[in-house]
Amino acid sequence: MIDQLVPAMVDICGPEGVVTDPLELRTYECDGLTSHRAAPALVVLPQTAEQVAAVVRVCAGAGIPFVARGSGTGLSGGALPRTDGVLIVTSKMRRIIAIDPDSQRAILEPGVTNLSVSNAARPFGYFYAPDPSSQQICSVGGNVAENSGGAHCLKNGFTVHHVTGLEIVTPAGELVWLGDGTGAAPGYDLVGAFIGSEGTLGIVTKIVVKLTKIPQMVTCLLAAFETTGAGGTAVSAIIGAGIIPAAIEMMDALAIEAAEAAVACHYPQGAGAVLIVELDGPESDVRRDNEAVRRLCQQAGSTEIREAVDPAERAVIWAGRKSAFAAVGRICPAYIVQDGVVPRTALGTVLDKIAELSAESGIRVANVFHAGDGNLHPLVLYDDSSAADTAAAAELSGAILDLCISHGGSITGEHGVGVDKSRYMPKMFGAADLDTMQLLRCAFDPDGLCNPGKVFPTPRLCGEVPGARRGVHPLVAAGLAEQF
Amino acid sequence: MTGDAVLPELAAACPAARLATGADAVAGVVPRYAAAPASVGQASALLRAAGRHELSVVARGSGSRLDWGAPPRRCDLVVDTSRLDQVLEHAAGDLVARVQAGVSLHQLGELLAGAGQQLALDGIPGGNGQRPAGTIGGTLATGMAGPRRLRYGTPRDLVIGITVVRADGTVASSGGKVVKNVAGYDLGKLFAGSYGTLGLIAEAVFRLHPLPAVASYTTVDTVGDGARTSAGAPDWWGRIEATGGPGTLVRVAFWAAALPRVLAAIDTAAEAVTADPQVAGSAASGVLYAALPASTDPAAAAGFVTGLRAALARGDADGRPASAPVPDSPPVLASAVVVHAPPPVAALVDLWGPVPGLSLMRAVKDQFDPGHRMAPGRFAGGI
Repeated sequence: MIDQLVPAMVDICGPEGVVTDPLELRTYECDGLTSHRAAPALVVLPQTAEQVAAVVRVCAGAGIPFVARGSGTGLSGGALPRTDGVLIVTSKMRRIIAIDPDSQRAILEPGVTNLSVSNAARPFGYFYAPDPSSQQICSVGGNVAENSGGAHCLKNGFTVHHVTGLEIVTPAGELVWLGDGTGAAPGYDLVGAFIGSEGTLGIVTKIVVKLTKIPQMVTCLLAAFETTGAGGTAVSAIIGAGIIPAAIEMMDALAIEAAEAAVACHYPQGAGAVLIVELDGPESDVRRDNEAVRRLCQQAGSTEIREAVDPAERAVIWAGRKSAFAAVGRICPAYIVQDGVVPRTALGTVLDKIAELSAESGIRVANVFHAGDGNLHPLVLYDDSSAADTAAAAELSGAILDLCISHGGSITGEHGVGVDKSRYMPKMFGAADLDTMQLLRCAFDPDGLCNPGKVFPTPRLCGEVPGARRGVHPLVAAGLAEQF
Repeated sequence: MTGDAVLPELAAACPAARLATGADAVAGVVPRYAAAPASVGQASALLRAAGRHELSVVARGSGSRLDWGAPPRRCDLVVDTSRLDQVLEHAAGDLVARVQAGVSLHQLGELLAGAGQQLALDGIPGGNGQRPAGTIGGTLATGMAGPRRLRYGTPRDLVIGITVVRADGTVASSGGKVVKNVAGYDLGKLFAGSYGTLGLIAEAVFRLHPLPAVASYTTVDTVGDGARTSAGAPDWWGRIEATGGPGTLVRVAFWAAALPRVLAAIDTAAEAVTADPQVAGSAASGVLYAALPASTDPAAAAGFVTGLRAALARGDADGRPASAPVPDSPPVLASAVVVHAPPPVAALVDLWGPVPGLSLMRAVKDQFDPGHRMAPGRFAGGI
């Protein structure tokens, strides 16, 4: 069936923009979540928004499902292809259309990498604030789909706070602009609703982003503690003092050990936890807050504090944190990156409970997390050659999510639901909640062809929209009202 | 009241249901019923009953912005949120508050200030010894933001969770009470600025900010004696966008670099009809307000709006990147929306003007409110 679409796709994207070779198709079988794999029936690599629209029209006409993919760095299987569908890869659409420092905006194609936006804006004194750790390769189109955050979203917010306009291809294949780039366009905030919809409402083809002024000063503190609990106390004290740092990151002993083995980051020896606190802004503010943070860390029992002012010193401090995920991969055969959120004040309790669960199951857990906003990334370490170990790790990973939900948190802070966590959605939301969310889906994609099977455990049948009311209004009929 | 079979059903759902009076009018449209649910459960039962009788429904908070948007095409039932007045949770350590829709912005502000925190949204400033007006629900529904939008954004930027009651009485929530959360669609964004057309906002969760240790205001007088700094805000601060007086209030949004051209467009449009708008706003955010006094001739006020839209659309004030026109930028880069206007003006001009993505908005409306009973006609494109 899909084979019959190939000539049309070649007409649209050219022969070099259509992949049919089974071996080559397999290179697209997963995104950053490698535990889910499915080779797409067909891959297309359009170069323009019009080509994306034409591809989607062909799919919609034939009733074939389609999935969009940027750089494929997602961690929840949001870009997992359909074996019976078309994968639309936007990585050839990588023009930075405009950098407009006077309006603090940039216009981008979806395949542009996150970091290259900041690089292009830097000569004008600006940067693009959302900074997922994959920023060197991840695409802004993918960032829009996932509402990506990053270490610095504590202060600066997420993708949704930095996008003011989107050109999308609707699931019917129409090119439509949402918003006008001002951030104050009339009508529903469909830009806000679209961002974070994980590719289920359409495919983004142009993006207007806000640019942020590069701060006058940046400092970075590394504070060591005996326990994560003491580190957590420092975090609460900092926030309680009315300070919002650019980032507050924490690593526990196992994560520190792994990072030390991998990149020799020389974090204080024997520390039970380290905290990285980055402050940015006007120099006078940063100096004042820096002193306060130092004092609060000491009061919370910090055993050692280091400070970096210039970029090179900051890079040394961040090296351990940034290498943590990969480093953990070196001390165990396999690991699950979990992504859950708890209210910041529940951090201590939840970490203790995770330690208990870990001890009970014998499965090690390394904790690396965005402490400032309660976003945990427990790394669940296991031996994938053992079926029992694998099952225990999956169970522990799920138990951590239950823990997050029971503390009023979320099953995902930044990695998305995708295919990975759709089964957890009913634990966080009721049937009416999920049904109501899917009304939005039905408005955009009534046929359910756009990235089906993601986010929601059970698709909603969109049915026929009743539309305008028919017949005489009952109040009018009863003589109780008049209609104009 | 004899002969009214609907009221007992509404009262069974919400004991405070009653027949409406002229004082319940929404932009001149007098409803048949009014009800003030005291819980989300009552609100749900009320809307279910309203649904059975196909009543059209308009939500009302403090009523301070009830004249915003177009008059409803129909209004059978006004849902007054004033009894949904509970601050359900203030998790100070998490900088989060969960509140019901009828809580006043002012009351919440006082409570949060006790913990050195704030919901960083500007309400309607109180004048003449009056308390500031406006509720959480109304602020969210109108997407209202004042001068501090430059730093903190608008309600959509601060809402992290929402509970709504749909037209058929279904209660649904999205988001939650943690700031960082990407699970599911974000209905808070969709309902922020939706003018009650998608459902009733019952509760919301907000991200809070610390109160700054110090605040000061610097006023620069370009023709007078230069700059002066004061601890308190100047008189006009945030006032025009909040009320604009009884006349016509127009919000102009644009790319910040186009500021001089937008100001010129406002002048041109005003001169053409000899109107005299007062202009203020958050210039650096690309949002300005132009207020015409109530005494302005309705035809002139309407002419000002259409003239301004034409000037913005011509491209001489459209905010296109100054370096070079870019073919792949959004087709429209500015808007002029009439926030409120006296009825004779509203009758002469489309208050909302052109709206990008309108057909998708209609599809969203059809899904959430298939009978078009929630605040019909209030919103962009007649939604």
